[in-house]
Amino acid sequence: MKKKLLSAILSVGVAASLVVGCGAQGTEAPAADAAAEEETDDADEEEADAEDAAEATADGQVYYLNFKPEQDEQWQALAKSYTSQTGVPVTVVTAASGTYEETLTAEIVKDEAPTLFQVNGPVGLANWSDYCYDLSDSEIYKNLTSDAFALKNEDEVAGIAYVIESYGIITNAELLEKAGYTVDDIKSFADLKKVAEDITARKAELGFAAFTSTGMDGSSDWRFKTHLANLPIYFEYKADGITDTKAIKGTYLDNYRQIFDLYINNSTCAPTELASKTGDDAENEFAEGKAVFFQNGSWEYGNLTGKGMTDDQLKMIPIYVGAGDEANQGLCTGTENFWCVNSEASEEDIQATLDFINWCVSSDEGTQAMSDMGFVIPFKNAKATANVFVAQDTAYTSAGKTPVSWNFTTMPSEEWKNGVGSALTSYAAGGAWDDVVTAFVDGWATEKALAE
Amino acid sequence: MEKAVRKYWPVFVLPTVAAFAIGFVYPFIQGLYLSFCKFNTIKKAKFVGLDNYKYALTDESFYHAFAYTLAFAVVSVVLINVIAFIIALALTAKIKGSNVYRTVFFMPNLIGGIVLGYIWKVLLDCFLSIIGQPLLALNERWGFVGLVILMCWQQIGYMMIIYIAGLQSIDTAYLEAAMIDGATKMQTLLRVKIPNVMSSITICLFLTLTNGFKLFDQNLALTGGEPAHKSEMLALNIYSTFYARSGAKWKGYGQAKAVVFCILVIVISLIQLRATKKREVQA
Repeated sequence: MKKKLLSAILSVGVAASLVVGCGAQGTEAPAADAAAEEETDDADEEEADAEDAAEATADGQVYYLNFKPEQDEQWQALAKSYTSQTGVPVTVVTAASGTYEETLTAEIVKDEAPTLFQVNGPVGLANWSDYCYDLSDSEIYKNLTSDAFALKNEDEVAGIAYVIESYGIITNAELLEKAGYTVDDIKSFADLKKVAEDITARKAELGFAAFTSTGMDGSSDWRFKTHLANLPIYFEYKADGITDTKAIKGTYLDNYRQIFDLYINNSTCAPTELASKTGDDAENEFAEGKAVFFQNGSWEYGNLTGKGMTDDQLKMIPIYVGAGDEANQGLCTGTENFWCVNSEASEEDIQATLDFINWCVSSDEGTQAMSDMGFVIPFKNAKATANVFVAQDTAYTSAGKTPVSWNFTTMPSEEWKNGVGSALTSYAAGGAWDDVVTAFVDGWATEKALAE
Repeated sequence: MEKAVRKYWPVFVLPTVAAFAIGFVYPFIQGLYLSFCKFNTIKKAKFVGLDNYKYALTDESFYHAFAYTLAFAVVSVVLINVIAFIIALALTAKIKGSNVYRTVFFMPNLIGGIVLGYIWKVLLDCFLSIIGQPLLALNERWGFVGLVILMCWQQIGYMMIIYIAGLQSIDTAYLEAAMIDGATKMQTLLRVKIPNVMSSITICLFLTLTNGFKLFDQNLALTGGEPAHKSEMLALNIYSTFYARSGAKWKGYGQAKAVVFCILVIVISLIQLRATKKREVQA
């Protein structure tokens, strides 16, 4: 009798967990791991079934594999609203952070493949060009404010940039004032160095450091091996009048070293500790007022205000490295997010997808949603967003400053970035700068050759 | 009843065979085929012959990863089995609370590798920072030690349970006979207990050896191959071959490495199984 009772309880438990599993997945898309991903697929199928009825009126459907986990909820809401207005089923699935390539590789060979995905520039396009529908005749391409925001594959338009972002040194203006300065005092690398070193000298008295930790953990090292490394590349390209190269010379690596030194020597922690510091560490230090400067981008706005920071506190200043025309240097502004439409999808689905993305960037509701996500979109109907960093970028540009373009999309490979990252980590802990130079210059040539 | 089973056995076997064919045989053959292709997605594979194997077998990082994996497997197999066996011996002696200890030692096995990897990373980094050594991401030697500690911590409990089961199934008549004959404790252990748990040893060696070779999660989370691929084991090396560079050929290279890796693990575990099986006695 007891055994029967036990087995009854167990089976009820199993059944209940199944129900819970399916129910929860319907609203929760991010695929945290393989298992969750499979469950999501099941949920997607269910959604698709449920929407079969609606399909009678609509010809195609949209499946968007989203790259940005921080905007997942807003995309789900936007998709739902689009479906209720047009009857076209839109499924949005978000890849877990840092696993987009893997997820896309697995998803795109399925029968229900994503009709809309994204690549991160020319290097990413090399993997997916076979799957990119030519967008040259599409409405969305015509709506772009500048041709520079289209990702070209020879004559074809393979991708459309859907968001423009800026990064720089996010500054806590309130703390900076406590230290006796304002952002207007920082107009060059020399100024930045003077302010940072002064804050470090008075660290005990002020109770905060100049820079948040330059964490070299995998969750944070991209800020330096990719974003900061963009500056020496940008200035070299600019000096040589090129947009890509097979062999980088490293003309501005000393500037790269200068700024990196400044970061690690005027920080919340000892340089030897940086190898284990994470992105969250830096973000928390900044939000808790333990440091004045935090190198990051406009996408951090939501996180920082979510942690209680106010618009008045947040200012973004250009990353000065002591190169080029510093008086006219703006923020690093560009994009690495390009929408691509799956050319393997059925004609109806392609059309539905084109309609959907165009609606997102041109209709009232779509552009409003984009601005709520904190995106600046490079389209004619774009709405202003509440993101203060974006406003500051606009202010810099209208004051005649030249934005630093995003050249890291031409970096040869992830492997190159990892090599530079490893060398930087060991440099921070007392290693040789020469290793960074080797990884940067020689690594570039090797990796570019391997990518051929 | 028996007749019916004999007659209808294909019906009973079918679900398992079908699952095995769909879930293992087919993907395995497809994987084998893909190792001769360059591909980005499995639908658009282009046959390139032996090129991938040429690359895989001349890639230095692959050899380094192999040597590292081998060293790790040897060290971890010895440590895990010796310690697990000693603990099993201790917990089969009649001491108070041995059930509690068994449960406690077994528990680490219930935590996933990635989670363990991150937890141990925090712990070890903290420790290294206190003793003034370079942190894990910069420290090849401690990366290795850390992986060994992590694997021991995770697997000893599991192997211990298998050894306990083996030790408990030894017929007490043998032990009594040994005692009456005046065997010392050491003699009982070497001549009676160990020969009688050889089947457990076979299983444990097999599990630890293959686990050591296939290790991925813990490697990814604890060291991520840092510094500069020096703590990268075979599985992680294959993974980074796949994703560290873009372009179709890298997937082919990775696939070829994966096939080599698979054959390697099969061969090594077969050798081990044969070697230990010979020593098993029939009780």
